[in-house]
Amino acid sequence: MGMPKCAIEIENLSMEYPYGFLHLKKKKSLEDLTMSVEDGEVFGFLGPNGAGKSTTIKLLMGLIFPTGGTARILGKPIDDVSMHGSIGYLPEQPYFYDYLTAHEVLDYFARFHNLKGGDRAARVEAMLKKVGLDTAKKIQLRKYSKGMLQRVGLAQAILHDPQVVVLDEPMSGLDPLGRREVRDIILELKREGRTILFSTHVLSDAEMLCDRVGVIVGGKLRGIGAPGELVDMKAQGMEILFELSSAAASLPLLASATRTGDRYRVQLPEADLYPALDALKGTGARILAVTQIKPTLEEYFMHLVEADRAQANAVEVSGK
Amino acid sequence: MRNVQTVAANTFREAVRDRVLYNLVFFALLMIGTAILVGQVSIGIERDVIISLGLSAISVVGIFIAMFLGVALVSKEMDKRTLYALLAKPVKRWEFLLGKFFGLVMTLTVNTAAMAAGLYIALWSVERAWLASDIYILTAVYLILLKLALIVALALLFSCFTTPFLAVLFTAGMYVAGLLAGDLRTVHGVELDPSALRWMRGISYVLPNFENFNVMGAVVHGRGVPGTFVWQATLYAVLYTAIVLTGAAIVFSRRNLK
Repeated sequence: MGMPKCAIEIENLSMEYPYGFLHLKKKKSLEDLTMSVEDGEVFGFLGPNGAGKSTTIKLLMGLIFPTGGTARILGKPIDDVSMHGSIGYLPEQPYFYDYLTAHEVLDYFARFHNLKGGDRAARVEAMLKKVGLDTAKKIQLRKYSKGMLQRVGLAQAILHDPQVVVLDEPMSGLDPLGRREVRDIILELKREGRTILFSTHVLSDAEMLCDRVGVIVGGKLRGIGAPGELVDMKAQGMEILFELSSAAASLPLLASATRTGDRYRVQLPEADLYPALDALKGTGARILAVTQIKPTLEEYFMHLVEADRAQANAVEVSGK
Repeated sequence: MRNVQTVAANTFREAVRDRVLYNLVFFALLMIGTAILVGQVSIGIERDVIISLGLSAISVVGIFIAMFLGVALVSKEMDKRTLYALLAKPVKRWEFLLGKFFGLVMTLTVNTAAMAAGLYIALWSVERAWLASDIYILTAVYLILLKLALIVALALLFSCFTTPFLAVLFTAGMYVAGLLAGDLRTVHGVELDPSALRWMRGISYVLPNFENFNVMGAVVHGRGVPGTFVWQATLYAVLYTAIVLTGAAIVFSRRNLK
């Protein structure tokens, strides 16, 4: 049997939470999620707070149980704990035993992965170094900052050379330097051929790191694909940046341009690009740049969130 | 079993670092105070007073630790979410639960042993002589420890499906009910419907009978405890604890974390 092509397969995964005094009411926090994460890819799970990202991750890790659907990691069902030996997990806002030092907590977790004596000590030391905690390893975690706890969390997640790494908001609570270090670690894990699934609401992180992203809003998957592909669906027009002396200011194109000193910036549909360039050529304008106007992932994301809110409002209004 | 051992060792370490064993200072002060006091009033019952006060303190302190820490074993890990990273390791939920149980039982054993040593020291400081029957203090302490293990298991079970506050309440309720289990069995002279009596008797057998572990009366008065009694109490505690822990594991295995 060969390696499974998909590291993570999710089919119609659903989760309902009971609430209210007698737990009679139910709230859906995840609805029929179907997606997969391929072997060796970095997959970003995007969505606003409360969208269902952490719920999905907790379901995958067996911390909560689905009310419907199934999921498999490395070909094994998620309730098979033995598969956890090949998975690393960083919980959201991780918290560890605060009476232990970073060294002790990693040593503790390493024991569950059957790492023995010298091997275990070496792995723990290497991880502490990797996440930049080797100078603070003898300090109890109760004295750690949020960012330092995040690093401990990351270290325990990758301690045992896992094939699949699941990180819930790995960048949260970190300063810019810390974020960069986490990004570097994620890229290093990718180079080593591991599969990484991470959730974030910081879109620039996802754009920078992910092969593919899935956008989840209101418990439903609203889009999935490469960051470029997703936003290409809404690719719109071109932008020309040029310099022009004020003498030739009679050009009709300039009416819609934004001016900063001698510099003009104008946006136009792709079909109008060449006629505009020709017109500019005649005026002696100096073209500085021609770029495609690409909506960022952020705009795409906001578009989906707003659509979801509008829908929720509509439902609320019609329900009244 | 290695996972259980790892969790247990860490639970013990937690108790030590959270200064749970500081209660021993209280116990030491109590024993010193009692020794001084009975030394002054000496009316021939010093030995009885010290043994009975010492064993009661060992029992009460132990019950408090077993109930409150027993409930906190799992609920604290869920509240603080320290459990998340752990359950994402190749650890089964029942292994975690069992590790927690043995960790606290280990803590209680050390604690109880230290208190028993304190009791013997107090006894020596007042009497300056040993009696052969003093050995039975150890039997009483052993039975207290069995009782504490059962309380920990009950606390663990309740904490698996309700809030910490209610879990403490339920555990305390079970303890009190368990002390009365023997009385329920031997109700006489009350005008009751036979079916109600049958029910009461049935319930009395289901409740944990904590009187099975109480030999204080005999030990204080220097009487021995029969070996069969100790054996039966041990068997009872092991079986009852195993059943309660199995129940806890079943509940916990399907529990959604926050």
